[in-house]
Amino acid sequence: MSVKSRIISAMKQIAEEQKVKLPPLDDDLSLHETGFDSLAFAILVARLEDDLGIDPFTIAEDAAFPHTVGEFIRAYENVPA
Amino acid sequence: MSPREIVALRDYLGPELAGRIMSDARHRLSLTDILSGSCLGGRAPELSGRSVLLATSGQLISALAMIEIDGVARRMLLCPPDLNPAHLDSLMVDAGIDAVVTDLPDRWTGRGVGLVVAAGLPVASDATARTERATEWLMLTSGTSGVPKIVGHTLEGLSGAIVADRPAPGTPPVWATFYDIRRYGGLQIFLRAIIGGGSMVLSEPGEALADSVARLNAGGVTHISGTPSHWRKLLMSGSAADFSPRYVRLSGEIADQAVLDGLRLAFPDASIGHAYASTEAGVGFAVNDGKEGFPADLIGVNRDGVEMKVEDGSLRIRSRRAAHAYVGLSAADLTDSEGFVDTGDMVELRGNRYYFVGRRGGIINIGGLKVHPEEIEAVINRHPEVLMSRARSRKSPITGGIVVADVVLAAGCDAGRSDAVRGEILADCRASLAAHKVPAMLRFVDQLDVTSAGKLARHDA
Repeated sequence: MSVKSRIISAMKQIAEEQKVKLPPLDDDLSLHETGFDSLAFAILVARLEDDLGIDPFTIAEDAAFPHTVGEFIRAYENVPA
Repeated sequence: MSPREIVALRDYLGPELAGRIMSDARHRLSLTDILSGSCLGGRAPELSGRSVLLATSGQLISALAMIEIDGVARRMLLCPPDLNPAHLDSLMVDAGIDAVVTDLPDRWTGRGVGLVVAAGLPVASDATARTERATEWLMLTSGTSGVPKIVGHTLEGLSGAIVADRPAPGTPPVWATFYDIRRYGGLQIFLRAIIGGGSMVLSEPGEALADSVARLNAGGVTHISGTPSHWRKLLMSGSAADFSPRYVRLSGEIADQAVLDGLRLAFPDASIGHAYASTEAGVGFAVNDGKEGFPADLIGVNRDGVEMKVEDGSLRIRSRRAAHAYVGLSAADLTDSEGFVDTGDMVELRGNRYYFVGRRGGIINIGGLKVHPEEIEAVINRHPEVLMSRARSRKSPITGGIVVADVVLAAGCDAGRSDAVRGEILADCRASLAAHKVPAMLRFVDQLDVTSAGKLARHDA
């Protein structure tokens, strides 16, 4: 499974747990519009760290938090695992 | 006060109470004629007025030495088995130690201690120790980090709750505890056995639970005390089936409804009580109605010299059973200006009952929302296939922390069911807890550390 599909699948899982109705996860969709709150993102980042072995937001202290779903996924794709 | 009015441990031991026994896994001693012998080779008089470090490898010799030294030494510092040796020197300075009682005297040569007295199993002795003074009992706090604090008690304060409870008439109890008697919780049980005219079976570190229970049965144990962590292990081990104590006591950790109900089922004929006590504040109260928490009307009144209040969410106790001071060169004040000890245990009023919610220092912060790990563990522990659990904080770049949980499943729980159990636990958490308190990750582990004081270890892994 690609990094992207693993991220999408983790987001769907969390949406179900948190009772969030996800819109279609296009690259341009802003993270705000996903309906995720900061807790949901915190859970997503922790689970992806366990799944992919990386946490791009802790590694680089100056990393700007992404604004869109596409930027979020690229943050993971661009980190050498 | 003249020495005549001072009560020491030896006053509760006499030849008139026959059949009293103290045992551990290797020895079985009669308490009835214990005063006619000496575990110090008759050298107790040398300890008169001294500040004694009681450092023995096992509990039995320690118990005998406490009986012999109480009323003779100026003070005695009880060394628990898990004391970090690196802290010993500074503790000895703080307590002004000038004598050591030990079963390993060779280890103390060349260490500059004025007097080393070897302790062992009792031998007949003519040099009977006499009560000369009220010995100060020094105990160490069981915090997980840093140098432990030295807490000063008197026998009168330590036994306040025991005298107040007045041992029931009838057959004297045979006490046991999963604690070490050199810790406050265990010492309370040792003192109950001695003062109440009973017998005692001592715990053995590292002993398999089934062997412990066999020994408890062989010793005829009727009254037994441990932490909820101790009891959960016993309940899940299957060994409880062969054991039928008359009185089951919990203390040292929050007794949640799951463990109280479990004990009620396992021991239908026993009285089950959970007590609140701390090394500093002493025994606050015991609750015997089988429900978690405690009745709100215990707050505010002075019962048997114990007065409690709740301030800034934490339980405060002013009590004749409390320690009188921290001992040491830079020791902090033990009480506030009104004499209350801040226990650091946070409580919450719901209806007409207070519930313990956790330790002040243990709060997990999730993006500004807070939770006590104990609240989450209480929900997880309700699942019938869970032995024990620990909730903790995991660092998060988004919220600072998120809640994760480590869970130990009961022995015999089918490994193939772990996904189903995980789903059930999390569904239960979602139904009972706010979203930020639900573990983001739930991991099954083989075991969770329990400290030698019987408490779930909370150092962050």
